[in-house]
Amino acid sequence: MTYLDELENKTIYIIREAYARFKNIGLLWSIGKDSTSLLWIIRKAFFGKIPFPVIHIDTGFKFKEISEFRDKYSEQWGLDLIISRNEKALKREMNPEKGRFECCNALKTEALKITLKERNLKALLLAIRRDEHGIRAKERYFSPRAIDFKWNYQDQPPELWDLYKSKIEAEQHFRVHPMLHWTELDIWRYIQRERMPIVGLYLAKKGKRYRSIGCERCCTSIKSNAGSIKKIVGELEVTKIAERSGRSQDKENSYTMQKLRSLGYM
Amino acid sequence: MDIKAKKETVKIVIIGHVDHGKSTLIGRLLLETNSLPKGKIEEIKKISRTLGKDTELAYLADQLREERVRSATIDTTQIFFKTRKKKFVIIDTPGHVEFLKNMITGASLAQAAVLVVDANEGVMEQTRRHAFIASMLGIDKIVIAFNKMDIVGYEEKIFDKVKNELSIFLEDLDVRPLFMVPVSAREGVNISRRSQKTIWYKGPSLTEALESLKSDREAVKKPLRFPVQDIYEIGREKIIVGKVASGVIKKRQGVIFLPSFKGAKIKDIRIFKKYGKRKASSGENIGLVLDRSFPVKRGEVIIQADDPRKSVNSFKGNIFWMSEEPLRVNKTITLRCATQEVECIAEKIEKRINTSTFDLIEKDAIELKLNEAGVVVFRTEKPVVIEKFSFIEELGRFVIERGYDLQGAGVIL
Repeated sequence: MTYLDELENKTIYIIREAYARFKNIGLLWSIGKDSTSLLWIIRKAFFGKIPFPVIHIDTGFKFKEISEFRDKYSEQWGLDLIISRNEKALKREMNPEKGRFECCNALKTEALKITLKERNLKALLLAIRRDEHGIRAKERYFSPRAIDFKWNYQDQPPELWDLYKSKIEAEQHFRVHPMLHWTELDIWRYIQRERMPIVGLYLAKKGKRYRSIGCERCCTSIKSNAGSIKKIVGELEVTKIAERSGRSQDKENSYTMQKLRSLGYM
Repeated sequence: MDIKAKKETVKIVIIGHVDHGKSTLIGRLLLETNSLPKGKIEEIKKISRTLGKDTELAYLADQLREERVRSATIDTTQIFFKTRKKKFVIIDTPGHVEFLKNMITGASLAQAAVLVVDANEGVMEQTRRHAFIASMLGIDKIVIAFNKMDIVGYEEKIFDKVKNELSIFLEDLDVRPLFMVPVSAREGVNISRRSQKTIWYKGPSLTEALESLKSDREAVKKPLRFPVQDIYEIGREKIIVGKVASGVIKKRQGVIFLPSFKGAKIKDIRIFKKYGKRKASSGENIGLVLDRSFPVKRGEVIIQADDPRKSVNSFKGNIFWMSEEPLRVNKTITLRCATQEVECIAEKIEKRINTSTFDLIEKDAIELKLNEAGVVVFRTEKPVVIEKFSFIEELGRFVIERGYDLQGAGVIL
């Protein structure tokens, strides 16, 4: 097995384990490179047809390239797609000027809570990785969330070998993170190997590209001439700049991400 | 076309007593191997100024706010760094007794351990306990870093004294450290390069020692063990999915399911979009199609048809208890081993062990308390397939659950 095969195999095992233990699960798909890679691997795990819903949180501020990609591939891959929106907050014109923390919380976290309840999902698959952000580095593969979505990061269950915690009170739900052990570079190498389709925003146009994508208003592009996946891999092999340095909610306050996550953010 | 990793990645856990300098050591390793993302050092200095403390490299690993204020690590983090020869993933672990369960989680993913000991304070309770847990979890590659040599003036005599103290203890545990390195994380001595300050020391620097660690080979020549994870119905076919725990499984091979003892032949090996797969080996997650149809359940273990392995109702294991509620003889608990999950009882606690002194507390105990270790005979309600940990790891390690929580972990020796 190659190194990428090892990473992929571990991820497949975790995905299948989550499905076996919880049955009623969902995938959070941001259409970004990480969750699309996870989606790709989930298709492999289930031999082509994913037996549970794929959720896209639509804040209304996403790049149009994102919705185009989403619509094209959800049809091609026969996905059970749920578009999750916090309609109340959108009507009240929630936006990042009201505070990035407030906006992320309302349009993303709250939207997710609504969807989870509507479909009675017991566990959510998310593509977060340990090397993305210090606070994510503390996560577990199977991480319980309280009824109000709060993450008790001080009292996490131990995870031994591949025997993951999976029994919880009825009202709780689990976050499952099958990609924790992948690095940013691993993801791009995998995308390259698999010839996976990916949102065009990652590729350089006119000397700029996005290294991490979220909503259009809160993402900044970086200087880059990497117009192909091969060039992105080459660029990453030498860079020292952190992946999420273009993401405003990470900058605003060192602890914003931690605060957000403790309230149920991804 | 496939892209191989340019360097191997070695997973390392850093263990030892709180305040012996584990997090500072990690910070120093990142700094000296040039593995810090741009802006990180400035960010730490800025934050240190706000909190009124000296910049400490340890803050890198202490991302949680509470940790910065309390100046000790709470939970585990995975941190990447690389040297010219190898890539490393460092799992930092806390030192406080109250966070022992988190430490166990960190340690369980590692292939090797760096045990940090304060050369000035010497071997403490946590040092002993962590070394013991590492050995209990089967981590057999240990490098000792005798830290804070700056405080003891880099004296060879002190290094020798502390080295001997630790060696005696480790011998009892049957743990053989590969290297013992005198370092100062704070001053950056003997971390990546040997220093003149310890001219009497002839061994490798810490990173040199780490680079020389070899990663384990896969278990390929072992007998087939395939724990059933799930069964999918796709089209009209039943596909059994799981990971090959050991050995090789082949198309047209005759196999048996334990404990039901039902037999069949492998009709097909399935991996999405890979055709003509004739065999699969240890570590591969695959689908299996049989030539016959009968009910198959998660938890069954597939073995080769002529393999004499039988399932058992009772076995002996070494366990470490992690719950405030004690393990009691004859009280029902749940055992999980690979994909097996059965109710069982601790029929006999043959030995009850204090994990800081490694003293035998008593024989034939009626209970095991938090942080104690024990040699326990388990009796399961249904038959299980188990192996010695040193032979087939996946079936030689298990956890005990009660209700919703993980309470104990063990290995079968």
